[in-house]
Amino acid sequence: MIELNTHMITADKLTKQFGDFTAVDQISFDVSKGEIFGFLGANGAGKTTAMRMLCGLSLPTSGKASVNGFDVNTETEKIKRSIGYMSQKFSLYEDLTVRENMRFYGGIYGMTIPQIKLKTQYILEHLHLEKEKDTLVGSLPLGWKQKLSFSVAIFHDPSIVFLDEPTGGVDPITRREFWEMIYEAAHKGTTIFVTTHYMDEAEYCNRVCIMVDGRIEAMDTPANLKKQYESAHMEDVFLKLARKATRIAD
Amino acid sequence: MKQFIAFVKKEFYHIWRDKQTLLILFGMPIAQIMIFGFALTNEVKNAKIAILNPSKDIASATLTQRIDASRYFDVLKNLQSQSQIEAAFQEGKIKLAVIFPQDFNASLLHNNTATIQFIADASDPNIATTLTSYASAIVQDYQEEMKGANTLPYTIQTDTRMLYNPQLKGAYNFVPGVMAMILLLVCTLMTSIAIVREKERGTMEILLASPLQPIVVILAKAIPYLVLSMVNIASILLLSVFVLELPIEGSLPLLIGESILFTITSLSLGLLISSITASQQVAMMISLVGMFLPTLMFSGFMFPIESMPVPLQVISNIVPAKWYFYIVKAVMIKGLGIGAIWKETLILSGMTVFLLGLSIKKYKIRLA
Repeated sequence: MIELNTHMITADKLTKQFGDFTAVDQISFDVSKGEIFGFLGANGAGKTTAMRMLCGLSLPTSGKASVNGFDVNTETEKIKRSIGYMSQKFSLYEDLTVRENMRFYGGIYGMTIPQIKLKTQYILEHLHLEKEKDTLVGSLPLGWKQKLSFSVAIFHDPSIVFLDEPTGGVDPITRREFWEMIYEAAHKGTTIFVTTHYMDEAEYCNRVCIMVDGRIEAMDTPANLKKQYESAHMEDVFLKLARKATRIAD
Repeated sequence: MKQFIAFVKKEFYHIWRDKQTLLILFGMPIAQIMIFGFALTNEVKNAKIAILNPSKDIASATLTQRIDASRYFDVLKNLQSQSQIEAAFQEGKIKLAVIFPQDFNASLLHNNTATIQFIADASDPNIATTLTSYASAIVQDYQEEMKGANTLPYTIQTDTRMLYNPQLKGAYNFVPGVMAMILLLVCTLMTSIAIVREKERGTMEILLASPLQPIVVILAKAIPYLVLSMVNIASILLLSVFVLELPIEGSLPLLIGESILFTITSLSLGLLISSITASQQVAMMISLVGMFLPTLMFSGFMFPIESMPVPLQVISNIVPAKWYFYIVKAVMIKGLGIGAIWKETLILSGMTVFLLGLSIKKYKIRLA
C-alpha cells in the first residue's frame, strides 16, 4: 500500500552537531506513505539522533526536514500530535496495569474515553491479552511487553510511527510476530520509520538506509543493495559498508 | 484538560501502588509528632534524685517532701553517708543529689542560716542547670513561707509569666518545626524523585515525544503531592490539638493558606532538583543534604538563630523553612493575624515565584 507520491518524511541535509562532534552529517532522504523505512547502522552511527530530530525531541543544527508536512524546526508541536514513538528503553509504566497504561497514553494524546475503550478492547483481543488486562505490566514477559509497547505507540492511530530499536533483547519468534504487527500497521497506511541493527530485520523493510559515521552510505531496497554489493545477505552488505567506519562505537 | 486528568490519575496510581513509600508518607508525620511529643523532649519531668538527710528534723523533712511532691523530681533513694553520693551518681540513675547538713533545723533557728547542697550530674549541662534552678525555687518558696509575718520592711517580688506557652511545653516549638520538615520532605524529595524516575526509566522520552505541554507534566506531577501534603498537615494539626493538647490560637484558614504557600515553595524546589539531576539517588542526596539539613539547622527549630554567628544568620535567610517556621509559630502559638506576618509571607511568596519560574524554565522539553 505504498503511495510513492505522498512523502510523509523528507530530510534535506539534516545535521546535528554536539560541540565539535557531528552526530548526523547532512543526511537527505524521503519516506513515502505506507512505507517501512529501515535505518541501519552500528552503535553510535547517528540513527537515534536522526530519529530524535524527526520526532521533535532534538533541534537540528542545520538542514531542513519535515514530518507529515510539518517543519521539525518550527512545528514540533504539530509533529508530536501526528506521530507515534517507541524508544529503545521499554517505556510503559510497570506499576500500572495493561489497561491503565492504554488509558494513560490514550489520554495524553487527547482521545475520548469511548475511543480509548474501543481501542483497548481491540488491542487486548488482537494480542490475546484479555486475561491480563488488569495485570501489572511489570509482571508480563518481555516479548509481550514489546508488542504491547508497539500497540500503545500506534494507539492513537498516528500517520507515522518511529521505532527506535524496538526488538532489542527479544527472542526470534517474538521478533517475527512483532514484524507481522508492523506489516499490518503499514498495510493500513501507517508509515513506519524503524532503526535496527538486526540484519534479518533489514530484509523485512521496503527500503533501508545504512548510516556510517553520521552519513548515509547507501539507501535502496534490500534486494537492490544485495545486488549492488554482490552479497547474499544484508549482513554482508552491512559489513562491507560498516568497515569504513572510523568512529568508535559507544 | 483530558490530558491533565489522565496524567494526575496515573500519578496517583504510582503513589498508591508503592505501598512502602505510602506508609512512610503517612506514617512519618504521625511518628515524628509522637517521637517529639513523648520521647524527645527537653522538658525535665520526674528526674531521679537522691537525698542525704542526716538531721531528720522537721524543716529538712518538709523540704524533702516538697521536692518529692513536685512533678520535676522523684526521690529514688535516701543516702546514708557522704561516701554513697559518688557511687549513686556512678550508677547513672540519679541526676541530682540534695544534701542537708547535720542539725539543719537547729542551725536555721539558732544561727539564722543553714546550707543545702545540690550536686548535679553536669554531663548534660542543660539538664543540670534546669534541675538546680527548679530545686532552688522550691527551697526559696519554703523560705518565703517560713518568714511569715516577721518580714523585712521591703521585699522585691519577681512575677514571671511565660507568654504564649505558660506551661513551657516543648510542643509549642516542635509542632511548627515538624510541619516544615514534613512538607519539605514530601514535596521536595518525593516530587524530585517522581520526575527523575521518569527520566531513569525512559518514559520521559515518550512524554516528550507526545503533544503534552511541559506545564501540564509539571502541574500533574505536583498536584498529587500537594494533596498528600494537605493530608499530612491535617493529621499533624489534629494530633497536636487532640493528643498534645496544643491549641491553635490564630486563624485556621490563614495557617492552612500559609502551609499551601510553603508546599508550593517546596514543590518548586523539588522540580528544580529534578531538572538538574538524572538519577533518583542524586535527587535524593540533593534533597536530603541540600534541603533537609539546612532546614534542620537554619529554620530556628533546633538551634536558635539569634545565637548564631552573623554570617550564619545571613545564610539562614535564604532557607524558606525559616520563614514558614516563623509564620506558623506566629499564627498558631501567638495567635497573630496576617498584619504581623505579611513581611514573612511576602518573602516566602517571592522565593516561590522565583523557584517556580526557574524550574519551569529549566524543564527541558528536548533531549539535546
